[in-house]
Amino acid sequence: MKRLSWFNVTSLTLGFAFLYLPMLVLIFYSFNSSKLVTVWAGFSTKWYGTLFQNEAFLDAAWITLKVAVLSSCFATVLGTMAAYVLVRGGRFMGRTLFSGMIYAPLVMPEVITGLSLLLLFISIGLDRGVLTIVLAHTTFSMCYVSVVVSSRLMTFDRSLEEAALDLGSTPWEAFRLVTLPIIAPAVISGWLLAFTLSLDDLVIASFTAGPAATTLPIKIFSAVRLGVSPEINALSTIMILIVTVGVVTASLVTKRNAVRAQQEAQAAERATN
Amino acid sequence: MTRRTLLIAAPYLWLLVLFFAPFLIVLKISLSDAALAIPPYTPTIKDGVGAMFAELDFENFVFLTEDDLYWKAYFSSFRIALVSTFLTLLVGYPIAYGMAKAPDEWRATLMMLVILPFWTSFLIRVYAWMGILSNEGLLNQLLFWLGLINEPLVILNTNLAVYIGIVYTYLPFMILPIYAALDRLDPSLDEAAQDLGCTRTQAFWLVTIPLSKNGIVAGSFLVFIPALGEFVIPSLLGGSGTLMIGKVLWEEFFNNRDWPVASAVAVILLLLLIIPIVLFQRNQQKQQEAEQ
Amino acid sequence: MSQTVFAPWEDPNEKPLIRFRNVTKRFGEFVAIDDLTLDIYAQEFFALLGPSGCGKTTMMRMLAGFETVTEGVIELAGQDIGQVPPNERAVNMMFQSYALFPHLSVWENIAFGLKRDKKAKPEIDARVEEMLKLVRLEKFAQRKPHQISGGQRQRVALARSLAKAPKLLLLDEPLGALDKKLRQDTQFELMDIQETTGTTFVIVTHDQEEAMTVASRVAVMDEGRVIQVATPASIYEYPNSVYVADFIGDVNIIEGHASASGTEKYKLNWVDSQAPIIATSQTSFAEGQKAHLAIRPEKIRISSEKPEDAENAMQGKVLDIAYLGNLSTYHVELPGGQVIKAQTANTRRIARRDITWEDPVWISWNATAGVMLEQ
Repeated sequence: MKRLSWFNVTSLTLGFAFLYLPMLVLIFYSFNSSKLVTVWAGFSTKWYGTLFQNEAFLDAAWITLKVAVLSSCFATVLGTMAAYVLVRGGRFMGRTLFSGMIYAPLVMPEVITGLSLLLLFISIGLDRGVLTIVLAHTTFSMCYVSVVVSSRLMTFDRSLEEAALDLGSTPWEAFRLVTLPIIAPAVISGWLLAFTLSLDDLVIASFTAGPAATTLPIKIFSAVRLGVSPEINALSTIMILIVTVGVVTASLVTKRNAVRAQQEAQAAERATN
Repeated sequence: MTRRTLLIAAPYLWLLVLFFAPFLIVLKISLSDAALAIPPYTPTIKDGVGAMFAELDFENFVFLTEDDLYWKAYFSSFRIALVSTFLTLLVGYPIAYGMAKAPDEWRATLMMLVILPFWTSFLIRVYAWMGILSNEGLLNQLLFWLGLINEPLVILNTNLAVYIGIVYTYLPFMILPIYAALDRLDPSLDEAAQDLGCTRTQAFWLVTIPLSKNGIVAGSFLVFIPALGEFVIPSLLGGSGTLMIGKVLWEEFFNNRDWPVASAVAVILLLLLIIPIVLFQRNQQKQQEAEQ
Repeated sequence: MSQTVFAPWEDPNEKPLIRFRNVTKRFGEFVAIDDLTLDIYAQEFFALLGPSGCGKTTMMRMLAGFETVTEGVIELAGQDIGQVPPNERAVNMMFQSYALFPHLSVWENIAFGLKRDKKAKPEIDARVEEMLKLVRLEKFAQRKPHQISGGQRQRVALARSLAKAPKLLLLDEPLGALDKKLRQDTQFELMDIQETTGTTFVIVTHDQEEAMTVASRVAVMDEGRVIQVATPASIYEYPNSVYVADFIGDVNIIEGHASASGTEKYKLNWVDSQAPIIATSQTSFAEGQKAHLAIRPEKIRISSEKPEDAENAMQGKVLDIAYLGNLSTYHVELPGGQVIKAQTANTRRIARRDITWEDPVWISWNATAGVMLEQ
């Protein structure tokens, strides 16, 4: 049994305090009844009430959700295809350019991606709105999906696909019946990543959104530029809670599965002895 | 065969149209002149293909070198990114080290705690600091109450706030690769160093640090590269004195509506980014080769 | 005893199931298979044996359809299968890693190939039950691959590849992942199953003992070429080259020059300090031609007294003794410095044996004990 030294305990405590205190402060002040966000004036949930009556926020939230669902689904399909091509595709014309285009958006400053897409949409005469944001988000998040899925594919035992072919599957059946079910966890995490990136994105959306389609981050940004507001605190609290519940649930499920797999492996070991 | 072609073509064409082509357009517009029109630059395709290319010039790039706002902004972005990368390393390494030394049953939880902020909205995490760092914010209230200050410290809208913001938001990117490197480290190496006469501190500097070098390098690039083009943090936490190129590009585009100059700024930023990206790629490749 | 020995390769009227005709396979510059010609007959248990990188796995993957042939033709039952994709070949493969689908149960794994043939449900059920019974896994049908042991997984892989009743079953190092004891039991099980189902088996292995145990014929391979194809006994007793003799089991190789000494009898002049070795050989050697005598250690007798009747006898001293339990191998150093290995069965308890380190001893063997090889 390892014991942590005082140094390690201190650095972990301070480190996690640094990571979490700002968010806790935000949550705490969202229940402040005063409009002056830094002065505590008693517990209240009224900012949640005003938030849910603010049509502009609700509209923006609805658009953001629509964009995130659409773009993450497109990105998952395209990203998985791209990953498969990169890992299994063998040689083809322009492979280097292709893999370059997959990795470049990961390191590209958002201002450049946003600017270049806007200039494209304008030069082909596409009106800015939900469609253009979906196109933009799909483009950069498919690259993230592709990286997640291709790292899973690289460790995938290729003989499983060969076994499926050997037993009479067509290549498409082998992918659908064997490869896809096995890489499904990676595809799902890719989807979640794409979904979160889309929900989060301010810069690219600002460039590609038109007056008809304002997303939640754009709304939040223009509100907080003027300073701290209790409504935004309430909105942030809701978003933080959703993410926390999601991440904690996911890690509990993973842990339970790992424990179960371990128990089953031990049982199998015992069965033979 | 046709199915394979389709499989390659779909993502390929998508990226060509929505990633590659836009860059060519940016490049083209950076060589054009600004105009009071829609779109606000000339020449456009309407002027004919021949004229469109004949009138391109490097005027905007010349302009960038003449107005010292731009090169100051590039230089200041570089300095801010570098300093905050170093600060992130100072904060992140002890956390990663503590995680690697933690008992196995804690690891998953600690890992989750590092990843959780990553899934939380970037904008909200930056925003959280606005309430803490402002003149009448929580930090000043605390220091005042402790009797350490009489006048509020001005932190918000300074470069210091930008440093704090970058360290805070990019910390997971630094912790994860370092943790991965430390986790792979055989604990008996540390014991062997001590067995051969090192003190614990010497063993740390002579064995642990060199062996976690790959993680440090990877983490530093993962912070440095996005920090260089950062827009949200300087515009929310920084002040009028905070010059960062992402912010300049944004203002050039949205406030001045000078698309050709904004495009030229983007082209130069891209050129500057190529160096760290290539270095990062090389580091990753070396690491992969070492593992095989 | 009118039962005929199974040896279709000796019958000129028998048609081979598989023919490799001048097959060459290149990966870029690298030649994996070099102009290879080989026949394999129906119901054979055929082993491809060789060190890693000798091309045996490439041959198997070409049979399965995962690699294309660069030059030459592979025929299965008289048909060129060069252009047939793997999913349309009447050939199934048992993978080295077993390649069991982790998300499917044992039952579903075995049914996988049958379902691809769009067989009727009752037919599939019956066949899967039959296969489960064959490999004695009826009780584990609903388990997932990670819920059973390594030996059981191996049997699932075998059942899955046999379920479609292929003309030919390919086995890629099928026992490589099992521990030694289990491997020996499984070898016999594999032979039983091969006999019951009457399927032609082609096994790839680098383990010579395994190849010798299970196979009806063994092909010893090196650098993309087949060096020798023969039954296990003739491979061991009549290797055609120093490479084969050395690869299979333990052997002494004595190099020298041949000179005739009667019909099919030669003298081998090897070192000046020793008398020539007398050996029989069916291949003829020219006067003074370079020759290698390959002789197995167990064919060499060791004694403290000079043997009376041996055609070859020489004196030396014991350099080393390797005690293997049932056997002991003596390393005997001759006066010229050459070391010859001799092996005896330990039929007595250790205290009763009389030869020990540094003892002067005689080693001896008959003219027919070894094989003379050109190279």
